[in-house]
Amino acid sequence: MDKKVITLTVNGESHRLEVEARTHLADVLRDELALTGTHIGCEHGVCGACTIRVDGAITRACLLLAVQAEGAMIETIEGLSETGEIRDLQDAFRNRNALQCGYCTPAMLITAQDLLLHNPTPDRATIRDHISGNYCRCTGYQAIVDAVDTVAKARQAAGERP
Amino acid sequence: MTDPLSPLDRPNSYIGRTVPRPNLERLVEGRGTYVSDMTLPRMGHVVFVRSPYAHARILEIDTSVAKQAAGVIAVVTGAELVEQCSPWVGVLSHLKGLKSAPQHAMAVDRVCWQGEAVCAVVANSRAQAEDAAEQVQVRYEELEPVTDMRTALEPHIPVIHPELGDNLAFERSLDAGEVDKAFAEADAVAEAEFVFGRHTGVTLEARAVLADWNPGERRLTVYQGTQAPHMMQNIFAKHLALEEAQVRVVCKDVGGSFGIKVHVYADEMATAALSKRLKRPVKFVADRIESFVTDIHARDHVCKGRIAVKQDGTITAFAIDDLTGIGPYSMYPRTSAIEANQVVNLVGGPYQARNYRARARVVFQNKNVMCQYRAVGHPIACSVTEGLVDLAARAIGMDPLVIRSKNLIRDDAYPTDSPSGLKFEALSHHASLAKLKQMMDYDGLRAEQKRLRQQGIYRGIGIASFIEVTNPSAAFYGVGGARISSQDGVSVRMDATGAIIVQTSLTEQGQGSEALTAQVVASALGVALEKVRVILGDTDNTPYGGGTWASRGAGIGGEAAWQAGKALRMNILKVAGTILQTVPELLDIDQGVVVDKATGRERIGLDEVARITYFRPDTLPADFQAELLATRHYVPRQYPFAFTNGIQASWLEVDTETGFVTLLNHWCVEDCGTIINPQLVDEQIRGGVVQGLGAALFEHCRYDERGQLTNGTMADYLVPMASEMPDIEVGHVVSPTLESELGAKGAGEAGTAGAAAAVANAVNDALDPFDVTITEIPLTPSVILKALGQRSG
Ligand code: FES
Ligand code: FES
Repeated sequence: MDKKVITLTVNGESHRLEVEARTHLADVLRDELALTGTHIGCEHGVCGACTIRVDGAITRACLLLAVQAEGAMIETIEGLSETGEIRDLQDAFRNRNALQCGYCTPAMLITAQDLLLHNPTPDRATIRDHISGNYCRCTGYQAIVDAVDTVAKARQAAGERP
Repeated sequence: MTDPLSPLDRPNSYIGRTVPRPNLERLVEGRGTYVSDMTLPRMGHVVFVRSPYAHARILEIDTSVAKQAAGVIAVVTGAELVEQCSPWVGVLSHLKGLKSAPQHAMAVDRVCWQGEAVCAVVANSRAQAEDAAEQVQVRYEELEPVTDMRTALEPHIPVIHPELGDNLAFERSLDAGEVDKAFAEADAVAEAEFVFGRHTGVTLEARAVLADWNPGERRLTVYQGTQAPHMMQNIFAKHLALEEAQVRVVCKDVGGSFGIKVHVYADEMATAALSKRLKRPVKFVADRIESFVTDIHARDHVCKGRIAVKQDGTITAFAIDDLTGIGPYSMYPRTSAIEANQVVNLVGGPYQARNYRARARVVFQNKNVMCQYRAVGHPIACSVTEGLVDLAARAIGMDPLVIRSKNLIRDDAYPTDSPSGLKFEALSHHASLAKLKQMMDYDGLRAEQKRLRQQGIYRGIGIASFIEVTNPSAAFYGVGGARISSQDGVSVRMDATGAIIVQTSLTEQGQGSEALTAQVVASALGVALEKVRVILGDTDNTPYGGGTWASRGAGIGGEAAWQAGKALRMNILKVAGTILQTVPELLDIDQGVVVDKATGRERIGLDEVARITYFRPDTLPADFQAELLATRHYVPRQYPFAFTNGIQASWLEVDTETGFVTLLNHWCVEDCGTIINPQLVDEQIRGGVVQGLGAALFEHCRYDERGQLTNGTMADYLVPMASEMPDIEVGHVVSPTLESELGAKGAGEAGTAGAAAAVANAVNDALDPFDVTITEIPLTPSVILKALGQRSG
């Protein structure tokens, strides 16, 4: 298989990688960069487990070929944990037991943060809608909705920009 | 020593407290270690060539081209792998008459379902293995598949395993009381045929295994997402011709299990056998289509039911005839007859009626294997029972809650038993029903339903009472000859700084085993939760035990943790007593400090006790040996199972134009005895309910008549997503089991047991004005429209 050289900025670090044209970004993150917090549940764009941020927008890493991400700024759960951007969401998930096996969780957190960045005052139905592309087999979703709701209200109360 | 303090009264007890699970931080940061994340030096990736046919003879496998492909380490056929891995037969001796055929790690000369592996390709990367697998040429001669379980026993249908004589794997009949008389004397008899589609677990992390045979150590280490590591240790040893001591099973983070990951899968056995053959680590991770065609499927029943009722509402008899299709083999080692057996055991279980007749037949078919998934048999038994109770209520014009309160076993009737021989220690059907009625405002909803009907809005209320098997003793598997332990063991030790290390045979797949163990041990000892670290999921480093299945973690492993914690506390107090020159009985431990029991006065810190024990034993009397490690095991003996009970209700709306169902609210009241962590119990219930709701409305493995699965992607197989699910209100009644000191029973399956029954009853209640009864799940729009259309046409 022919390989192509690409450059990616992942969690603030620049990487020069040789990848096959057919390799999707989730595999590159997991296998080449050992960023195993990005999970794979279906590899056909349905479960949402591979959700990451590409140039600020949430994206399914299994639906993007690595070569398509050339030059992109990529953020994964490891980076968002490091910067502290989603610390409050992580705390709320833990306190509300909004994860059981935790396999959906990194993507769920990133998706929730995306909602709160665009809509700081979502109601429960809006939260449910926004995470409806992220499958969770364990929780039944209610604890996740509660956790996101708690953080939305806390951020409002703190008067922060989200 | 008898302890005057109950677990709940210990100073600063964590029993009954919501505290966050200790293992969550790494998971929210994406720092978990799931098997799919793991790599080892020289690791090969295996990809399986799988049969495209449901039933076919293998004529030839040509691996020559594949073997030359880039990165390929080995290409091994099923026939070749027989050298490393012996076949198995999924039967248990207490399921009388159960039969099955030998199953191999990969098909040898014949494939029996679409997706069965025939050849393995091991390469340096998964992509290379997939490329090479496409080069494996397999010639098949297609055979007639047996797909319809309704005709599987007819004489003109081929027998899948001719040596077995027929396609009947198992049959059980039961006749209790005077069933014919009860039906003859009934004021009304209602009957229906209940149909349950096949569905599956869809764990978000697919099955994954990494096997590492090290010829230097002559040991096999298997990293596996399994619920039962000790069971797997035995199975790997047995079929790979090793001693158990040569096998270590390690279970790190697991991306969901629900009973899917408690079975022996042929491709996982093949992976371990390949590692032994190739003398290097081999990893298998199922992709999603492989999950759909090889993870065990569940349910797939057609059950005819009848109920006899008197005009005053007294239910006098139940009768069922259940048929289920299990694929071509009974699964190993738990067998595929347990679910049908459970259906026979459980139908009518919450009710007083003593007349009960049941037959269950389990048949082979050329579809994927079928076996135990969360709530095994309960959703079938509950849907049939509760569907029949609603039909009886309708036949005599009685409110569904009223007929239940007339017939549920009285709360003061315990201990008692069921016509099928189940023993009930203490259940709380009436207290649960009363609580549910109040939580949901039953009368208010009935009024709203009536008002909305006048506007052409059809809403329904569905009620489902249930009982649940938890805390299984050896009666489940052990008596049938399976080496599946029903006891659990816990070791607790204090290290040299006073910190506590716990090793338990429970496993964790997100239920909270680690948390409940830490809470119980911290309470038993009298230390802060943060001082306790729990180790689990490793056959080399935990006591021997069953693991996590059949809602046994809190009730069995929790009790073992309690007993071990208590024993260590006594051991610590003996050391402290020696140091302080007093008797241990006058001391206790509170928040990590040895105190005078009577006054609470602080005497010596655990860190100091540890320091003296480990570094200055010379200061202790010569005839005294400190033991800062205690191990205890536990298994229930008095009752084969600790039954729990509960009741669920669904409130939903049916769009009679489109057939769509909108879930508006769902309630579950359940009684799992002592609650160790209320939040974890509630979330187990909610997660379980949603799995039941998925089965009720969406989930269905659809096969065509050639045995081809037609919806093997997540776009085609629908699972519940957040926007379709309601909030779920959970309530509790607490009837502890007196068999253990903790009094905990299981809660993991209660949600799944009754959710579909509640939804089906609610749909029928909503459609009452149209005079239709639907007894089929999933209740897809087309099922509902068809029923409505048949009525008008
Ligand atoms: S793995 Fe990407 S959406 Fe499922
Ligand atoms: S916590 Fe297991 S899939 Fe969401």
